[in-house]
Amino acid sequence: MLTPEEWQALRLSARVALWATLICIPAGTFVGWLLARRDFRGKFLLETLVQLPMVLPPVVPGYALLLLLGTRGPVGHWLEATFGIVLAFTWKGAVIASAVMAFPLLVQPVRVAFRLVDVRLEQAATTLGATPWNAFLTVALPLALPGVLAGAVLCFSRSLGEFGATMAFVGNIPGETRTLPLAIYSFMHVPGGETSAMRLAALSVVLAVVALAVSHWMTRRAERRLGYLDQHFARA
Amino acid sequence: MPSAASATSTSTSPVLSFDLEFRRGDFLLHAAASIDEGATGVCGPSGCGKSTLLALVAGLLRAERGLLVFRGQTLVATRERTFVPAWHRHFALVFQDGQLFPHLSVQENLLYGYRHRAPQERRFDLKQVLELLEIGPLVGRRPAQLSGGERQRVALGRALLYSPRLLLLDEPLASLDDRLKQQILPFLRRVKDETRIPMLYVSHAQPEVEFLTDRILWMEDGRLVA
Repeated sequence: MLTPEEWQALRLSARVALWATLICIPAGTFVGWLLARRDFRGKFLLETLVQLPMVLPPVVPGYALLLLLGTRGPVGHWLEATFGIVLAFTWKGAVIASAVMAFPLLVQPVRVAFRLVDVRLEQAATTLGATPWNAFLTVALPLALPGVLAGAVLCFSRSLGEFGATMAFVGNIPGETRTLPLAIYSFMHVPGGETSAMRLAALSVVLAVVALAVSHWMTRRAERRLGYLDQHFARA
Repeated sequence: MPSAASATSTSTSPVLSFDLEFRRGDFLLHAAASIDEGATGVCGPSGCGKSTLLALVAGLLRAERGLLVFRGQTLVATRERTFVPAWHRHFALVFQDGQLFPHLSVQENLLYGYRHRAPQERRFDLKQVLELLEIGPLVGRRPAQLSGGERQRVALGRALLYSPRLLLLDEPLASLDDRLKQQILPFLRRVKDETRIPMLYVSHAQPEVEFLTDRILWMEDGRLVA
């Protein structure tokens, strides 16, 4: 059905999106909780920084990543010298680009989910001997889980579709950084590539629909398991 | 009636003594009292700071100034910057609306605090508490499937299973109608008489406080008048 080239792009996209999501889940859960529950100096700054990739032209964060994490950038140089890790123009760099761009989409639903959890439930937990960390793990996190799952799927889908920042930071190298959207773009510019471009475009639509369906299903399942729907019903 | 706390001059030192100051915006709370064994009621109109006082005792809020001593152990001493957090105080707090964990079954709720105590510190087991409060048939349910009265009994059971050194009750009957109140009061009485855990019972309803407690402290505009 797919040519080897198309398969390669699909596999690479899946790998990049999976890693980006795995990085974003713990970080996004923490930041979402922080924004929902704590007031601190620099909160507005953190909020802005998290949301910025969503409103900037994607090329800009990509370019910033290149300046910062490129082999001649301060952080990139240090990473290479200390750990031998090269991000620029590698698939690992594509993971970073995707993670940065998809991060706000995870943080937003997580933040809303934590805000909907009654703080007094965590207080009740601490008056029953739970440390704040323990109360977070046993009360706040399970109750916010539907939001975390929904955010994770959004994050994964956004990573699959990442284009601008990836192109700017890691380029368009077949087998290394040519993910699904970059492959479509490339096929569009190759004589006779239209069928491939169309096939991959259709595949993208299918993947997006499947991701949304999975997200919906997981959220519903988690909500039901948590007695969430019952709770709303009881309160109404 | 606002009879002064029946100051039965006990030979032993008080269970709990405090002198706390707490400010939030325009509201200033100043409460000082010594509390003996048994149940002590804190009465006063809504908004007078009763719940704030309980939160300070429980360790959910930090006093700006003051001292809190439980059986000789200093839990709060702002001058020395001593503050023992809620999870180390071993006081259980029963909230007005129960605050049962909606994602856990009744049994898991009941055992939440129990699991945070070492086996040798546990004073009751699940079976005893189920019998005392007659909530055995509810263990498999979710909090959303409980009536208001059942919910409060489970909340009380959860607090007891934590084997608290002091039981704090914040208007535990306020969200219930009179019929349900009459159903729960005997259970609270039973808890007081059979467990002998010292209790601090906050309510704006004087009759229930008189029924349940050995002495009453009065609060007004953030001041505790002993």
